[in-house]
Amino acid sequence: MTDTMPLEVLTLEVLTLEVLRYRPEIENEPKFQTYTVPYRDDWVVLDALNHVKDHVDATLSYRWSCHMAVCGSCGMMINGEPKLACHAFLRDYRHGVIRVEPLDHFPIERDLVIVMDRFMEKLASVKPYAIAKAEKPLEEGEYLQTPLQLMAFKQYTQCINCLLCYAACPQCGLNDNFVGPAALALAHRYNLDSRDTGKDERADVVASNEGIWECTFVGACSEVCPKHVDPAAAIQQTKISASLDWFKARLWPGAHP
Amino acid sequence: MSRRPYLRKVERNWWLGHRRTITYMVREATSLFVAIYCAVLVLGILRLAQGRTAWDSFLSGLSSPPGVLFQLVCLAFVVYHSVTWFALTPKAMPLTIRGEPIPGSVIVSVHYAAWAVISLIVLIAAWI
Amino acid sequence: MARSNKPILWLPFAAGGLVAALIIPVLILTTGLLVPLGLLNLPYEKMAGFTHNPIGKLIVFGAVALPAWHAAHRLRMTAHDLGFGGGAAVKVVCYGSIGVLIFLAAAALLAL
Repeated sequence: MTDTMPLEVLTLEVLTLEVLRYRPEIENEPKFQTYTVPYRDDWVVLDALNHVKDHVDATLSYRWSCHMAVCGSCGMMINGEPKLACHAFLRDYRHGVIRVEPLDHFPIERDLVIVMDRFMEKLASVKPYAIAKAEKPLEEGEYLQTPLQLMAFKQYTQCINCLLCYAACPQCGLNDNFVGPAALALAHRYNLDSRDTGKDERADVVASNEGIWECTFVGACSEVCPKHVDPAAAIQQTKISASLDWFKARLWPGAHP
Repeated sequence: MSRRPYLRKVERNWWLGHRRTITYMVREATSLFVAIYCAVLVLGILRLAQGRTAWDSFLSGLSSPPGVLFQLVCLAFVVYHSVTWFALTPKAMPLTIRGEPIPGSVIVSVHYAAWAVISLIVLIAAWI
Repeated sequence: MARSNKPILWLPFAAGGLVAALIIPVLILTTGLLVPLGLLNLPYEKMAGFTHNPIGKLIVFGAVALPAWHAAHRLRMTAHDLGFGGGAAVKVVCYGSIGVLIFLAAAALLAL
């Protein structure tokens, strides 16, 4: 039987996790707690956390769901970098301690669970739905869109709201009111959609001081995004578009934005 | 059970904690050297307006060892500004031809070409 | 939330960033290396003649004012990143000092 077991099981290789705990009912401040987990070549950090919860400490709280980097639930700081726990392989952290903390820049609810209410408000505030100038009657048929028109905005549809970009963005850390990368990227998705005419309606939030103008193009958001949405690009493109609209509105008042 | 969300404080030296943010600060610091060199250029314009002697002494100040050393430091930072600016431009301005996107590398190459051409024009103008 | 007036600061910032990237390096190379080494000469007559021409004035002004504005805006944003806040003091120091530089450049160029 031993010749079919993986080597790391035979040698009982282990890894150390340092997890930031916070239980508001028993402590005032977060504190690190250390766990030892088995090392498995095919495990991700999420597997290690599940092992802890199942076999070591059932009180550990964290969000997770799909275990395949599409639901966006398991975002956390792993050795100081925002990552999806299901997307961080133990074999990349094999040497040394793995430090697991909740996502930066969000209030901690409990352990690795953060409060994301403000993000939900910011997301809703950019009106992330197609806005048509006038309702098109059913008899006129569906909105037509060519593959090229779809390609123009497709990458910005891929956001899974995992919040890694908010954790990576220094401006999110400095200003809690910053609308943030994911919300602004989603606004851009609709502004670029040929079926949408809502850019002007979104501008009060998107082109406000807490919108695109808080961004200084650090680019960290795009670096950490697991779906390659590139919110940094979305925001810079919106800066150019909003600036041109600003001048157009003053030089050609009455023109359609 | 009552909720008591805990917000971790962002330290003033937050940018020192990550290689990515240190690089960002160096990138932003290039603007300090752009500003200082522009001040030097403005001083030059003022000296030029004051006449030949003022202009000549301005030039010899720039040619002194500390003047040269300082300008070489400026040059390093400003070149870093150019390199990072060109690299970021395709993100801010994705161009399309008849709907098809132009690769970012093409946009960057055009900037380097323009950089070479403009630099050559300035050098030739200074030489003749 | 209201639409910001940042564009009036930002478009010149973006233009200045491009001008700075394209022109400032060769200028520093000239004044910082080639002239000190004697490989290039910038005699008074040539420079005064160039800036006497209105096109010359425009070129020199653009090459100095736009990068200076770019630096002012960027320094203001960096001051905020470093914890100096986004208040009036930071804005006055950044835009004010560069504004003085730009004004002096314009005044001297008009006098030439």
